[in-house]
Amino acid sequence: MGALLTIAVMILILLQILSEGLPVLYLRFFLDSPKNMGREGGIFSTIIGTLALTGVAILFGAPLGVGTAVFLREYTRESKISRIIRFGTDCLAGVPSIIFGLFGFVFFVIRLKLGWSILSGGLTLAAMILPTVISTAEESIKAIPPSYREVSYSLGGTKWQTITRVVLPSALPGIFTGILLSVGRSIGETAAVILTAGSSLVMPTSLFSPIRTMSVHFYILAREGISMKMAYGTGAALILLVLMINMIAQWLINRYIRHRT
Amino acid sequence: MQVKEKMIEKLFLLIALSSITILALITFFIFEEGLPLILKIGPKAFLLGERWIPSKGLFGIFPMITSSFWVTLGALILGIPLGLACTIFLSELIPPSIGILLRPAIQLLAAIPSVIYGFWGLIVLVPLIQNYLGGPGLSILAGSLVLSFMILPTIITISEDSLKALPPSYKAGALALGATHWQTIWRVLIPAAKSGIVASVILGMGRAIGETMAMIMILGNAVKMPTSFLDSARTLTTNIGIEMGYASGDHRQALFATGIVLFFIIMALNILAIFLSRRRVD
Repeated sequence: MGALLTIAVMILILLQILSEGLPVLYLRFFLDSPKNMGREGGIFSTIIGTLALTGVAILFGAPLGVGTAVFLREYTRESKISRIIRFGTDCLAGVPSIIFGLFGFVFFVIRLKLGWSILSGGLTLAAMILPTVISTAEESIKAIPPSYREVSYSLGGTKWQTITRVVLPSALPGIFTGILLSVGRSIGETAAVILTAGSSLVMPTSLFSPIRTMSVHFYILAREGISMKMAYGTGAALILLVLMINMIAQWLINRYIRHRT
Repeated sequence: MQVKEKMIEKLFLLIALSSITILALITFFIFEEGLPLILKIGPKAFLLGERWIPSKGLFGIFPMITSSFWVTLGALILGIPLGLACTIFLSELIPPSIGILLRPAIQLLAAIPSVIYGFWGLIVLVPLIQNYLGGPGLSILAGSLVLSFMILPTIITISEDSLKALPPSYKAGALALGATHWQTIWRVLIPAAKSGIVASVILGMGRAIGETMAMIMILGNAVKMPTSFLDSARTLTTNIGIEMGYASGDHRQALFATGIVLFFIIMALNILAIFLSRRRVD
């Protein structure tokens, strides 16, 4: 059937890259930095770059996202404000990454004078993951029975206490899953990252250093035809990383849902 | 105590306004950078001009608009039937036990970065097209094929959600009246889930038009009006992605202006999809 064929092709795509790339993934590949423009050596600096960028993105994106979800679920009913916020979030979710790249470039790199840096890239990514964090956090908070809150209030807790000591801790698994999914997305993001974090292969020394992430490295290797072997290796590493993160997230979702119902 | 609580509420309100604020900032800055150029050379020259030669100050993006259109159309022609087939397959034709395995698999495929798809297209698809169908291989056809794979999970998951959201009485009623399983699917369920399916297609379309990296890798970067599916081309997105690295002055502004056009198109599509899916809930 047509359906199986499609899924089969997609799996074949992954297998192709993994088969060529896995042999490249010896330990030194991960621990060495790229040498000779990426023709030799490993991908260490790109791994650091990816981690740093994702870290900054989560640092800014998670609190904003969870805060928004808390506001939507704890402080308002369906009103003009909440409709506007939801509309804004839905629209933001649809903005393509190249536009985020343009925005991040003009706003963070140029106007705020942050230059091509981990900070610029991370802040741009934070904006990109915001909708995902908001919707998953909202779902998790929504799933908490009203009785939890009622008990807290009846024991004399304030709203703030209820949120921080009852609601958020209970919603934590779902929120964490949303953050995990965002991490997966950030790792694969390329267009916005090139325009805001640059593509330097040098190990970063501060948040203001430019870096190259794994996905950008992969893209450059492939497009410039620098080294097929390194490209396959980076690609395989990328696929494994993203698959691993998403599988953990899905496992968490299953466990969490089963735990709830 | 009350004052503190009020202040906390205001704080949360401020945080919650962040997504709207970011959206506003994006809109503002993209326009601020790109609009002057559109006004300088005139919207008609920009949107309908067929020559893009930055060194001569020629910034016509009509070839890019056309290419974006054709690549997306191709992706939809391939993706909608496949997507619908997969959706029906998933929701009606397989036992639930296999569904539990397949659905996560589709989500995983959706999480694969686009550069991976682009790479595969470059390594496998482009030579195939070049050898069997002619042309440079780096082509709109390659782009459409890869894009159709990329939008498939979007179409499948949202369409399936719409089918699942239908009242069970629809299916039960049809079957009770003597319809076969296929008749029920084609004449009752799918039409009933129509707005959700259309919404999924529109979202897929938005994703396709906005795709950059994979397209840069396999479309070939030819800045001319495409005449066939085997031609190399440049879309609105790849225009920005390829030249942003070294553009300056007017050239850079023109790229932002391209971004404005892209932004408009995708925002229009997404708002349409949002309204369609809201309507379905009623």
